[in-house]
Amino acid sequence: MAAGAADKVSVLLPTYNERENLPLVVWLLARSFETSGYNFEIIVIDDGSPDGTQEVAEQLVKIYGSDKILLRPRAKKLGLGTAYIHGMKHATGNFIVIMDADLSHHPKFIAEFIRKQKEGNFDIVSGTRYKGNGGVYGWDLKRKLISRGANFLTQVLLRPGASDLTGSFRLYKKEVLQKLMEKCVSKGYVFQMEMIVRARQLGYTIGEVPISFVDRVYGESKLGGNEIVSFLKGLLTLFATT
Amino acid sequence: MTKLGQWLWGLALLGSAWAALALGPLGPRVPPPCRQVLLPLPVYLLVAFGCYSLATVGYRLATFNDCEEAAAELQEHIGAARADLRRRGLQF
Repeated sequence: MAAGAADKVSVLLPTYNERENLPLVVWLLARSFETSGYNFEIIVIDDGSPDGTQEVAEQLVKIYGSDKILLRPRAKKLGLGTAYIHGMKHATGNFIVIMDADLSHHPKFIAEFIRKQKEGNFDIVSGTRYKGNGGVYGWDLKRKLISRGANFLTQVLLRPGASDLTGSFRLYKKEVLQKLMEKCVSKGYVFQMEMIVRARQLGYTIGEVPISFVDRVYGESKLGGNEIVSFLKGLLTLFATT
Repeated sequence: MTKLGQWLWGLALLGSAWAALALGPLGPRVPPPCRQVLLPLPVYLLVAFGCYSLATVGYRLATFNDCEEAAAELQEHIGAARADLRRRGLQF
């Protein structure tokens, strides 16, 4: 497939204890960009992982080159929102892809994101688990029910114009992400939700691509009672303030 | 206006229309059969919305795709990635 020579994709990978997954996700990214022909860079923002994520990242720089893998570590765990701001400062691409580094998001979808973006010149292309061929792997019935219920509630209350608000696999035009980062204040799941809600407020267009979400292969997946409570709090805050 | 504001507006509008017709000044002019329907209408709507919600969530839950193939493909890719990275000298 021929790709626009002017396009460059910067992938932001916030990591914390992803020693096992990081090389694999980088390999998959590099391979899928080589196949699709897009120019790319991967920005690894590691929050001082004690497991040696940075050490393995340095090895990856040696393999792929310092123009492809950029290490922009931070001293300690400071949260996702600031990780994106931090990474974006060093991004040189016109598109920015945000994804999880734990292999739950497969890089093969990025080419589809870009294709979708070109179709309608969308400001944001969001991966969605809730439409078309999208879906999940490794979730039991309870987890699915919570996910579907939370999604339904969000759709009713916020009418956001996008089907997957808590997903974090998305492509943004760089200037759009910059604008959104200035506006968003929430954390965790709610942060992803707020990005879409604010995007709607600012009149940005959103395209959607169905994705399959394969729950963490290595390491622990997290969804506890605390997460549900903070999700509900965040949802109600957005409901009352936006 | 916030989403909360929109909801409150909508509810206030519908609520006052209902109150005017069912309980208020327009009450006597509404024919009795209609009034019998009108009085419990909010409860009916609430129940209908509840049923719709349950049915929607239930349907979506039942049709939530299990991406078995994606998981198998990922395992395959992980194997290939490991082998190739090791060949290139990465120490896992």
